[in-house]
Amino acid sequence: NKQTIFTPEQLDAYQDCTFFTRKEILRLFYRYRDLAPQLVPLDYTDKPDVTLPYELIGSMPELKDNPFRQRIAEVFSEDGDGNMTLDDFLDMFSVLSEMAPRDLKAYYAFKIYDFNNDDYICKSDLEKTVNKLTRNELTPEEVSLVCEKVIYEADLDNDGKLSLEDFQHMIIRAPDFLSTFHIRI
Amino acid sequence: FQGFAQYSVLFYGYYNNQRTIGWLKFRMPLSYFLVGVGTIGYSFMIVIRTMARNANEEGGGDDTSFNFSWKMFTSWDYLIGNPETADNKFASITTSFKEAIVEEQESRKEENIHLTRFLRVLANFLALCTLAGSGYLIFFVVRRSQKFALEGLENYGWWERNEVNMVMSLLGMFCPTLFDVISSLENYHPRIALRWQLGRIFALFLGNLYTFIIALMDEINLKASYLPLFTIFNIYQGKDLEEEKIVKYNMTIWEASLYNGTIPENSTAPPIHVDPADVPRGPCWETMVGQEFVRLTVSDTMTTYITILIGDFLRAVFVRFFNYCWCWDLEYGFPSYSEFDISGNVLGLIFNQGMIWMGSFYAPCLPAINVFRLHTSMYLQCWAVMCCNVPQERVFKASRSNNFYMAMLLFILFLSTLPAVYTIVSIPPSFDCGPFSGKTRMFEVISETLEHDFPSWFGKVFGYASNPGLILPFILLMVLSIYYLNATSKSYKEANLELKKKLQSVRNR
Repeated sequence: NKQTIFTPEQLDAYQDCTFFTRKEILRLFYRYRDLAPQLVPLDYTDKPDVTLPYELIGSMPELKDNPFRQRIAEVFSEDGDGNMTLDDFLDMFSVLSEMAPRDLKAYYAFKIYDFNNDDYICKSDLEKTVNKLTRNELTPEEVSLVCEKVIYEADLDNDGKLSLEDFQHMIIRAPDFLSTFHIRI
Repeated sequence: FQGFAQYSVLFYGYYNNQRTIGWLKFRMPLSYFLVGVGTIGYSFMIVIRTMARNANEEGGGDDTSFNFSWKMFTSWDYLIGNPETADNKFASITTSFKEAIVEEQESRKEENIHLTRFLRVLANFLALCTLAGSGYLIFFVVRRSQKFALEGLENYGWWERNEVNMVMSLLGMFCPTLFDVISSLENYHPRIALRWQLGRIFALFLGNLYTFIIALMDEINLKASYLPLFTIFNIYQGKDLEEEKIVKYNMTIWEASLYNGTIPENSTAPPIHVDPADVPRGPCWETMVGQEFVRLTVSDTMTTYITILIGDFLRAVFVRFFNYCWCWDLEYGFPSYSEFDISGNVLGLIFNQGMIWMGSFYAPCLPAINVFRLHTSMYLQCWAVMCCNVPQERVFKASRSNNFYMAMLLFILFLSTLPAVYTIVSIPPSFDCGPFSGKTRMFEVISETLEHDFPSWFGKVFGYASNPGLILPFILLMVLSIYYLNATSKSYKEANLELKKKLQSVRNR
């Protein structure tokens, strides 16, 4: 039970803020450290200000094949550019774990798919999503058709873009959402 | 399969007719009978249960209100960590989007209803003509072959001898392509077009068979010419379903032969244990039938493999390598790579299963052989598809039509159990071989068991229960309940639709 990385208060705080147990938090710390052993100290009791660049995060095996990895890192990082501290790292995997509730996941999913960060998923965001999903294999007309259909289906307040409420209303009913929006680490 | 294998576990003739075997008093004949009946009953139940489950899912999972949104936001699986899986996932997402787009465009298109209807009627008329034409052709050819047979087969060349077989195979090869061409007139959604195609091919095979049987009907009465006919039958190692009915015919003819002539030799049942192959046995028509079925399965397997190799592989090789030195672009025009033929493969599987169901009563190891064949053919076809086929141009999910294929399977199951049931109920088993020998009818094993093994009141109860006066009202009750359930399920579906429409209009307000 003796570990010298965190103070007991820090560990308790992490346990409160995330859905992980002590063991998992320590395991995640070691994964974080393995990305750049020379940058991450083994002693976090004095809360060092260590940030790992996005390139290291994006090369993790759990994330490297995900077309949305850049957006995920940007959403959870403090500076909005994908460079993550340990807190951001734990936060990210906590939301994406299977213990996180549906509403929380829906909130963060909305932020991930909102490419221009204007709190609305507009048509250009949808187009970017489709192109990332199909690796640009659809023709522009097809992409446009898909985006129009999505707005037609999900836009309840008729402003031509999806707000958080529209998105949540739609995604809550999806049968696959919880099982696909899930990363195990 | 003559010789040693004939007397092995594979075939019906191996099991003797002792009532009980060994110290456990294992009732061999009873168990054989019950296993046969039980397998068929179990198959029926499985098929119906699958259909019910599929119907449930289709009704419940039909919520298309967020189709595109869900495709966009929930189709990527965040757990993927492997580049190949990721590639496959990207491809499948793209396909799924394309399919949804096609469906959307279909529903938006405005059609000229009258022209479409006229074309569809015309297409159906053409299909009917083709079916009638093929039926008449078969009738004509069979009559001719009878004429040849009467005059002795040696006078004619190879074509005349195998004429019926060749004609049926050629029809089976070319008519489906013809149906395909006709269906391009109809302009249906690919899923519906596939169903029509399957239905027509099915009708073609059934029609051919029935014409064949009808044309031969007279022969059953003229037992004199039975022998050359039997030789003709033996030559038929051709395609699929024709064989089923031919063998059914075989059985009837064998029964005729039993009545006609050969009194089985006196078979001594020596008290000492002898190798089964040495025991002299009387003629055993069930084993013949079993052998016929096994031969059928094997030849069907060979035909499938050879068709794949020649039809797909050689064609692909030809197109690939001769493209450089040919006048027109082989890959785009004719013949190009072959498309993956969904209807042909599904029908092949279903007919194969029908054969197995028919034959398993007479050759108990047939299902095992078939499992082996299915394994090998799956791998072969997997390779062939990857290497030589191109996907169809219009993308659609064939697996949504699950219930349709299940319905076909059910129909074939019913058809294949008819001959077995017929033989159980009306043809006497062979004198000397098999678990039922010596009895007048196969199902008497049940009445025997009832008499000897169960208490007497059971027999009385059974006697009362099988009284026609009790059975008829029961059947009537079942028919009425089927009608009632059908009516209520229709009304529920309509109510469901109404509610969905209301929901839609409330949201759009």
